[in-house]
Amino acid sequence: MRHTISILVENEFGVLTRVAGLFSARGYNIETLNVAPLQDRTISRMTLVTRGDERIIEQIKKQLNKLIPVIKVEDISHTVHLERGMLMVKVKAGAEHCETLLGLAEKHDAKVVDDHIDSHMILEFTGQVEVLDGILSELEPFGIIETTRTGPLGMRRGAKGFTVDS
Amino acid sequence: MKMTGAEIFVECLKREGVETIFGYPGGAVLQIYDAIFKQSHFKHYLVRHEQAALHAANGYARVSGKCGVALVTSGPGATNAVTGLVDSLADSIPTVCFSGQVPSSLIGNDAFQEADIIGITRSATKHNFLVKRVEDLALIIRQAFHIASTGRPGPVLVDIPKDISTAVCEFEWPEEVNMRSYQPVTKGHPGQIKKAVRSMLVAKRPVLYSGGGIMNSIGSASLLRELSHALNAPVTNTLMGLGGIPHDDDHFLGMLGMHGTYEANMAVSHCDLLVAIGSRFDDRVTGRLDAFAPDAKVIHIDVDPSSISKNIHAHLPIVGDVGVVLKQLLEEIARKDGKPDSEALQLWWEQINEWRAKDSLGFDQPEDAAIKPQTVIRMVHEKTKGNAIVSTDVGQHQMWAAQHYGFNRPHRWLTSGGLGTMGFGLPAGLGAQVAMPDEKVVVFTGDSSIQMCSQEFSMAFQYNLPVVVIILNNGYMGMVRQWQEMFYESRYSNSYFDSLPNFVKLAEAYGGIGIRVDRLDELDAALDKALNVNDRFVLLDVAISKEENVFPMVPAGAALNEMVLS
Repeated sequence: MRHTISILVENEFGVLTRVAGLFSARGYNIETLNVAPLQDRTISRMTLVTRGDERIIEQIKKQLNKLIPVIKVEDISHTVHLERGMLMVKVKAGAEHCETLLGLAEKHDAKVVDDHIDSHMILEFTGQVEVLDGILSELEPFGIIETTRTGPLGMRRGAKGFTVDS
Repeated sequence: MKMTGAEIFVECLKREGVETIFGYPGGAVLQIYDAIFKQSHFKHYLVRHEQAALHAANGYARVSGKCGVALVTSGPGATNAVTGLVDSLADSIPTVCFSGQVPSSLIGNDAFQEADIIGITRSATKHNFLVKRVEDLALIIRQAFHIASTGRPGPVLVDIPKDISTAVCEFEWPEEVNMRSYQPVTKGHPGQIKKAVRSMLVAKRPVLYSGGGIMNSIGSASLLRELSHALNAPVTNTLMGLGGIPHDDDHFLGMLGMHGTYEANMAVSHCDLLVAIGSRFDDRVTGRLDAFAPDAKVIHIDVDPSSISKNIHAHLPIVGDVGVVLKQLLEEIARKDGKPDSEALQLWWEQINEWRAKDSLGFDQPEDAAIKPQTVIRMVHEKTKGNAIVSTDVGQHQMWAAQHYGFNRPHRWLTSGGLGTMGFGLPAGLGAQVAMPDEKVVVFTGDSSIQMCSQEFSMAFQYNLPVVVIILNNGYMGMVRQWQEMFYESRYSNSYFDSLPNFVKLAEAYGGIGIRVDRLDELDAALDKALNVNDRFVLLDVAISKEENVFPMVPAGAALNEMVLS
C-alpha cells in the first residue's frame, strides 16, 4: 500500500540524512521525497512517499517521531488530500510536430519553458503521479530527449493546517 | 564572562552536576584536557581504550542513576567509542560522549585523525551534534544531557572541532532546555489507565513482564512489587530487568526467554493477561512470535512509542514513564478499591507452583567433580548476600549469572543485554566501582570475554579500584561451543583456545592479585580471600567443567513452551 507522509522538521544540518538513514537502517523504501524550507526558515517540510502494510507504516511514523529534529508527522493517505508533482520534459520538436506539441501542452495546462522551432521544446507540467505518467507516454512518440520530475507534494484539504502549532 | 570553548565545556559539566568522566586524550582534545587539568569540579578517569570509556560511563550511569560521561579524541578515538555507544543505545543507558574533531577548516579534507563521526554515529546514538560555533556550545551540551537522560534514555555524542575549543565567546548558561521537536510523554493517558486496571482486575491468569525500563525510572521497582502484590500477579524479568523485584519475592518467577526459567516461560505461554512494563519483546524474550503468549491480552507500558506493537501487538498501549504509570495504576486500583479474582488466581498459582516444582535451574555438584559454574555464582551470592554490584561479559557465564546470582534490588546488575558486547564487563564494573566506592563489585567473565578489554586492569590498578573479577574458565568460547554442539554436530569451529594466557600472571603484571582455583575444595577460601581485598583488584581464574551447557534453553526460532530442560 502506497502512503504519503507529511513531516515538519527543524531546518538544521543533517536532518535529511537522519530521515533517509532511518529508512535504510530499518529496511524501508523511500519512493519519493521532497523537502524545502518553509516561510519560517527554521522549519522544513517534507513529503515522503513509501510503501508498506499498516504495521510497517505505523512503525515508520513512530520511528520518524523518535528522531530528535522531527517536529510532526502525519500520514495523509487516508485523508481527503491533494498530491501534485512537477515534470519537465525536453522533447524533440521538428516543424511538423510543433503544432501538435503546443496543442498537447495546452490540453494539460503545461508551460512551454523553452521553445526552439526545428530543434526541441521544454514543457513543464504539474499534476498527479498518474497524470504525469500519462503525459510521458503521450510524448514518447515525439522523441523525449530528457525528463526530470519531483515526487508529489501533499496537502490535506479542509480549513485545518499542518503547522507547528496546529 | 569571556571563555574559551574548552572552559565552557568544563563550566557546563560542572553546572550539569558531573562528578566523573572517563576518557583518553589526543590531539583534537588537548585544549579540553588542558582545561580539565586546571579544574577541580570533576574527576577524570583515564581508560586504556576508548571503547572502555563508554562502557565505564555506562556502568557508572546504571548504578548511580546519573548520566555517564566520556571524552575521546577525533578519528580513531571516536571510532573506538562506537561499540560502546551502540551498546548504550541498545540498553537505553544515559551517556554523553564528547569527541574531538579536526579544526573546522580541515573537516572534509581527509585530515590526520579525521573521521566523519557524526555520519558514523548517526545510527549509533540517540542523537548527535557537531558544534559549528563556540556560541552554540553551552546550549548543545545542555541539550545533549537533556536528550540523553529523558524519554527513553540513550547515548548522545557531541563532536567538538579543535578550533571551537580554543575560540572565545561570552559564556551564557541556558537555564531552560525547551525543544519543540522533543517532548517526551511521561504520564499515561487516564482513559488507558482505567481500561488497564479493569483488565487487570478480571484477569484469571495474569503475568507482569518487566524490563530495563524499571531501571531507567528511578524508584519504580518498589511500585512494580506493589502492583504485583495488589494483583497477586506473578512477575518475570527480562535480562535487563533483573533486580526489578527481589529474587526471593514469592511473586517472582525468574527471568523469561531463551534461558529463562520453566515457570516464567510456561506462565507467559499460558497467561490471559500480559502486562509488559518497560520491556520491548526482544527476540531473545519472545522466541517464535506467533506462539508467544497466544491467549493473552497484551498491555504494554513504555516511554518509547516505537517499542509498542513493534514485535507483538499491544491491545492496550500506555505511553509514559513506567514509574509514573505504575503509580497511576496503583492509584486507580485504590480508588476503585479493586480486588483481583482470588478464586481464579488460586488456580493460577497452583499451576505455577507445579511448574516451579520442576526446579529448572537445579544442577548437581558432585564433591569430587569439576567445579560447576552455577556453584561459583551461588557461592558468590551467599557470600555477598545478594547485595554485590554484578557486572558481566557476554556468553554462558552471563546467562549463569543472570539465572543464579539472585538480586535483592535494582541498579546492581550490569550486563550488555541488547548488543551483547564481549569486553563490557570489566570496564562497566570499574565505572560502577567509581560511582559506588564502598560497594563490592564482582565481574563475572569468561576466558574469552576478558581478553577483549583486559587492558583496563591498568585502569583498575591506577585508581585502586578493588573489583573482583571471576573468570569462569572452560577453555572455550562457551556459548559458541554450546550452539556448535547443539546445532552444528559438535564441530567446534574456532571456538576453542589452546593458548590461553596465564591469567594469574596477567593480574600480577597489572598490579593486582591473581588466584587460580582448580578444585572445588579450594573455592570457598579463594572467594573469601578475593572478596575481602579492598585496596586493589583481584582476579580469580576458576577452572570449571569444560562442556557444561546453559539450560533451560529455548532454541532460536522455537516457541517458549518448547524449551529444552537439559
